Amino acid sequence: MSKKDLGLLILILVVGAVVTAINPRFLSTINLANTSNLVALFGILSIGQAFVIITGGIELSVGSLIALLGTLFIDFIAVRELDWPLAFVVIIALGAVIGFVHGWLITRLKLQPFVVTLCGLLIYRGVARFYTADGTAGFAFGQNFPTLEFLTAGRSGGLPNSFIALIVIAIVMWVVLHRSVFGRYLYAIGKNEEAAKYSGIRTGRIIIAAYVICGVLTALSAIYFAMYTRSISPASHGQFYELYAIAAAVLGGFSLRGGEGSLVGVVLGTVLLQELQNLVNLLGIPSSLNFAVMGGVILIGVLVDQQWGVFRARRRMMEATRQNVAGAPAE
Amino acid sequence: MTSTDTTHPDAAPFLSLEAVRKTYPGVVALDRFSMEVRPGEVIGLVGENGAGKSTLMKILGGVTRPDSGTITVDGAAHDGLTVEQSIGSGIAFVHQELNLFENLDVAANIFFGREPLRAGPLKLVDRARLREMVAPLLKRVGANFSADAPVASLSLAQQQMVEIAKALSIKARLVILDEPTSSLPIAETEKLLDVIKGLKAEGISVIFISHRLHEIERVADRVVVLRDGTLAGTLAKVEINHDEMVRLMIGRMLKEREKAGEAARAPGSVALSADAIRTSTYPDRPVSLELRRAEILGLAGLVGSGRTELARVLFGVDERLAGSVTLDGKPLDVGSAADAVANGIFLVPEDRKLTGILLDLSIAQNITLPNLPAHARRSLVSTGAELATAEKQKKNLGIKAPSVLTRTGTLSGGNQQKVVLAKWLAMNPKVMILDEPTRGIDIGAKAEIYGLMRALADAGVAVLMISSDMEEVIGVSDRIAVMHEGQISGILDKDDFSQENVLLLAVGKKPKSLQAAGGVE
Repeated sequence: MSKKDLGLLILILVVGAVVTAINPRFLSTINLANTSNLVALFGILSIGQAFVIITGGIELSVGSLIALLGTLFIDFIAVRELDWPLAFVVIIALGAVIGFVHGWLITRLKLQPFVVTLCGLLIYRGVARFYTADGTAGFAFGQNFPTLEFLTAGRSGGLPNSFIALIVIAIVMWVVLHRSVFGRYLYAIGKNEEAAKYSGIRTGRIIIAAYVICGVLTALSAIYFAMYTRSISPASHGQFYELYAIAAAVLGGFSLRGGEGSLVGVVLGTVLLQELQNLVNLLGIPSSLNFAVMGGVILIGVLVDQQWGVFRARRRMMEATRQNVAGAPAE
Repeated sequence: MTSTDTTHPDAAPFLSLEAVRKTYPGVVALDRFSMEVRPGEVIGLVGENGAGKSTLMKILGGVTRPDSGTITVDGAAHDGLTVEQSIGSGIAFVHQELNLFENLDVAANIFFGREPLRAGPLKLVDRARLREMVAPLLKRVGANFSADAPVASLSLAQQQMVEIAKALSIKARLVILDEPTSSLPIAETEKLLDVIKGLKAEGISVIFISHRLHEIERVADRVVVLRDGTLAGTLAKVEINHDEMVRLMIGRMLKEREKAGEAARAPGSVALSADAIRTSTYPDRPVSLELRRAEILGLAGLVGSGRTELARVLFGVDERLAGSVTLDGKPLDVGSAADAVANGIFLVPEDRKLTGILLDLSIAQNITLPNLPAHARRSLVSTGAELATAEKQKKNLGIKAPSVLTRTGTLSGGNQQKVVLAKWLAMNPKVMILDEPTRGIDIGAKAEIYGLMRALADAGVAVLMISSDMEEVIGVSDRIAVMHEGQISGILDKDDFSQENVLLLAVGKKPKSLQAAGGVE
């Protein structure tokens, strides 16, 4: 765990302690279970976003994708009565295809990630609303999917199964990002795409793969969100979720320029965001201030991190100068 | 040459430099340099790459201060100029790299930041007045385009005219043209030379820097030659001729043939052969070149002659517009750097920090990056294998760093370059292309890099070394190919190595000694 991640963890614990001191219900089983479920749902989404951000890209369409894929999933199993495992696979595949298309447009046709995914944001929201004729997708009375419901909204030994899923995904993706050849390529591309290309890396393919991973994880979280809310009105479902995901990554130490950040960081970033949401509820802060609290905390966090970076860079320069003076050959 | 000679030989010089010296750590860039520029005089300034021209320009532009010496502008003596003093006294630059806003029109560019404003609180640009101010300037440079034309729609020569008009707009008294013609086709060059004559007729002084010596011959009133940071000589108008300039540029070396080191080696078989390749920079100039095994082929030429572009095409990072490449006699289609690397064709690029290495990664991570799958088990990076490779390369190349986990960004230029080499040496190079491998590197590290290139050649690798350093090209290469304006103007065997021959080929002339022997392609 890096120093950055450790700092974030300490912040989470301190905020938690303060909230508990004011309102002990913070540590109640039911509150922890609810919060960890939300952490899981947003965590899976944010990990996907992190893979794109590490390449120096951005994925703005995930909120709309959650609405579209969630709507489709419920429609498939509730209205069209597809077997849910089949519907599950179709939704995940759709997520992968959409991620591939985004990556392809960005690397092959050289469009900017912001533009491509902004168009996605608009298109998928529109398609979702059209698909339900602006109605609400939901289950009919008495419709039950015991296995699916257990896997998505159930608990094992007090832990929400969604949270267990997050832990498994986080471990796998940690290995992918921090230990695999692919992960190293991602960092290299994020740091300097040209130099990575000059080292013989097929940068286009790697970037496309990052968008596919983001699409798949977004699709997975779309299913979780759908089973969590159980009814979806596509006009508002998942709105601003892309910003939650980006905020979690930024809080977790990712640079939007790419090449920086850790998987532990993005998970902790999600935890902190949900903790803040929870804090607003528990401390009786008007819920209208919700976004303002989040924005304020992110701003302060990034500011502290940035100032710390400036301080370290200055110290490093001082040291380098001292070494040079001590007789190292000038270039 | 012209009957309207407006140089006033007796007039007080507008600018004079006296005993100017400038050093950088380890290098004397300019030493005991003196020159004068009189009003209405066109000075041709020539010298090889690295002779000190850029330093001189920086001093005149006020970007750097000389260590010692006096600069007298318009009668006022200074120890060094500031940028404001330089501009204020009427010294204007037109750089090879133009500083124009391509998205704005001509008028907006010429008066950028100094637009005439309309009365009123909104400070709107007075476009009518702006056009009135621009029209006479465009006329003076003989522009054949309108003030409303977007700069992006103009040809290079026209863009240069805009730059010159900009210089005139600040009432320039000395216009310094830094290789203005190096990227211009011949017809456009004519226009530019006419503009220079026009400036002269108005009594404006010009310093014209160019590698194209015949252009200097045509417009200069006097030629100042720089060599190794010192004044190699000054030629008065009647003395200006091509051979004399070349003699001064390369100095005493003229008659001596430099046969560095051993006798010519037996050439190896052809490893890489490029046939009629066209690059996007010179789409109408096919280039053919053969790289032989166990040989260092030096690729000389002036900056902008198309050497880097050729290397980039061979390495697959630039598109090959036409032509074919064979490796070991088999046709090879290199569509990306990844293809080149897979076939053992490696490039040590010119711009080390942007494309050679990743400054934020460690030495070890940089070295294994092109060959990471070989340092992985089941797609997971094996830190042990990675460190082993890196340690071995660090030792072999003598990379000076606390550990292989050190960030490459903290290393000196020479050590960074060794990291670039190390990543390729850790694999099995067949063809190694090095673009200015010793630029910005101290002398000790230079020698080590020469040694590494020789060792590669001895091991049977085909080495292509692009270099603008004449001594390096002659001292290190087994054969020298010279490029001129996108084409190979000649290939020299060891017996024909001389600075004179290389330079003549680089400026597009054929060395006399080779014409009879027919040694030039």
